[in-house]
Amino acid sequence: MNDNNTAMIDKYRNSFLREVEDNVEQGEWVKMCMQCGVCSGSCPFGPHWEHPPQELFMMIRAGKRDAVLGTESMWMCTSCYNCVVRCPREIPITHIMHGLANYAHRLGLAPKVNPTRRFAKIFWDNISKNGRVNETSLSIKLYFMDGYSAGVKRAVEMANTGLGMFRTKRLNPLALISYKGIENPKQLQSMLKKAREIEGRRKGYPG
Amino acid sequence: MTDAVPTNETILVVGAGISGVTAALEAAECGKDVVLVEKSPSVGGRVAQLYKYFPKMCRPLCGQEINQRRMDASRRLRLYTMAEIESVTGEAGNYDVSIRIRPRYVNENCTACGACADAVEAEIKNPHNLNLNAVKAAYIPYSMSYPQRYVLDPSIIGTDDAQKAKEACQYGAIELDMEEATVEIKAGAIIWATGWNPYDAAKIQPYGYDRYDNVITSLELERMMDPSGPTGGRILRPSDNREARSIAFIQCAGSRDQNHLSHCSRICCMASLKQSTYISEKYSIDSDATTTIYYIDIRTIDRLEDFQKRVQADEKVRFIKSKVANITEDRISGDVVLHGVNTEGYQRYDNQHDLAVLAIGMEPSVRAGAVGSGIAGDKSGFIQADANNGAIFGAGCAANALDVNRAVQSATAAALRAIQVVNGVAATEAGS
Repeated sequence: MNDNNTAMIDKYRNSFLREVEDNVEQGEWVKMCMQCGVCSGSCPFGPHWEHPPQELFMMIRAGKRDAVLGTESMWMCTSCYNCVVRCPREIPITHIMHGLANYAHRLGLAPKVNPTRRFAKIFWDNISKNGRVNETSLSIKLYFMDGYSAGVKRAVEMANTGLGMFRTKRLNPLALISYKGIENPKQLQSMLKKAREIEGRRKGYPG
Repeated sequence: MTDAVPTNETILVVGAGISGVTAALEAAECGKDVVLVEKSPSVGGRVAQLYKYFPKMCRPLCGQEINQRRMDASRRLRLYTMAEIESVTGEAGNYDVSIRIRPRYVNENCTACGACADAVEAEIKNPHNLNLNAVKAAYIPYSMSYPQRYVLDPSIIGTDDAQKAKEACQYGAIELDMEEATVEIKAGAIIWATGWNPYDAAKIQPYGYDRYDNVITSLELERMMDPSGPTGGRILRPSDNREARSIAFIQCAGSRDQNHLSHCSRICCMASLKQSTYISEKYSIDSDATTTIYYIDIRTIDRLEDFQKRVQADEKVRFIKSKVANITEDRISGDVVLHGVNTEGYQRYDNQHDLAVLAIGMEPSVRAGAVGSGIAGDKSGFIQADANNGAIFGAGCAANALDVNRAVQSATAAALRAIQVVNGVAATEAGS
């Protein structure tokens, strides 16, 4: 829970569908779903979702705000786009899944330990720091996400892959010490900050 | 039948399916001269391919016989078969139409005795049975063909087979030197009733119609049910010719889908409900034969809902609310496996069936844009009523996705509009 969440609850009260339409990327498509279920049936990760997409859409329309924003389901999406190409109404389901995940994160409702969310955060911090992804430090951070011993274990498991990538010049260990990103990352950071301010003003986020 | 010269008080009807025949007869019986043009060798159209039609579950050939007697009795109707419209010029009340007639190689002396078919050896795919079986290259399209006259396939002209056919005919009915002809006529109004085609099922890739033998279309099932059809009235799996006992119907195959046909084809729900009764008709009540209907929502309107209620009461028919995501094939048995999620309870399923029937959607045979430049059509190509269409009126499935009942209503409406136009022409001429 954070201030954004309280502000949104105040603003939309019982109309969760409107909240989604206003705040979630491509959220205006949610009302178009005709509940045929082809997205859920087409999802390769389907059996592992708590709520498949078409169920999420119905839950949004039924106003189940806490259940939707607190679920791990949309974090399971791997962007394979199977659902999007098969959807008879051409609903951009993949985008909505990422939009929902992002929105839940902004409101502080996303599940804290979800690995996809944590990776997304590591990735974002990495890319916004230099303007380009530093793959070496990204992999190290990812490996040691669950603590030192888990990280060492994972690194040993992947040692051969890492060496192979090093040999074929796909991985540069020196990037740990010095990594040149874009020319002026400070400018990028101030742009991102500004964009975030504008979005916050438009959507009414206090924080 | 008449030989009166067509004038601009004549009504031209394009397509002799149930809609075209109805429109032509209604206009002719109102005293108007009518020219009816049909592309294939016989009238009847799609309806003639159906085993039964809903909701009364009677044989379409019965209704067709009534219409054929009406055509025989009508002195104001002229029928051209194997004919297509080449061009239409002019305006409401004054059209010049050019009709191209393909050679039939059989004249009106034909008694439909069938001696030519016995003599000929070459075979062609049988279009009446959707190419599911073969027929001799001298053939009559189906038992109730009208006119009752054989036709020679152009592929045998110039071969020995053609000579054999000619020699076999005792009535001098075979004319091998028949040539393509063009007829120019006048018409005051045109009723466009070119009907529908099933949507190309192979385009619905996840259902594998092009890959799996045991995925068929609803229209193919209709032909299978016909005692004179390709399987002699038995529901056989194409992969091994075994009787199918567990049959799945997939609704909205192509319809209501922005990737395929954006419209609802209207007939498919009732068609599958109807076909589910075929299963109970074919197999005894204590057999293990079952039907499963996968649907988004069942659209039976008006009194047709009673039919749905009756089918729902049948324990052997199961309804699963789900658009099937995809079909795979069990390689050993040849069974089809349907994958998806039952949205009532969000149950994931992988259901194995003997046969999957795609309740295929309909699209107009001739899209509005191809009827003539400026003819108004909707997104799917159905002809829309529009003042700029002049006196060209869509009827039946050329104008909308309709069942037989509503197609006939649509045809009658089109006939009335056409009659008003030619009445206007007659009044002007009388006044001048």
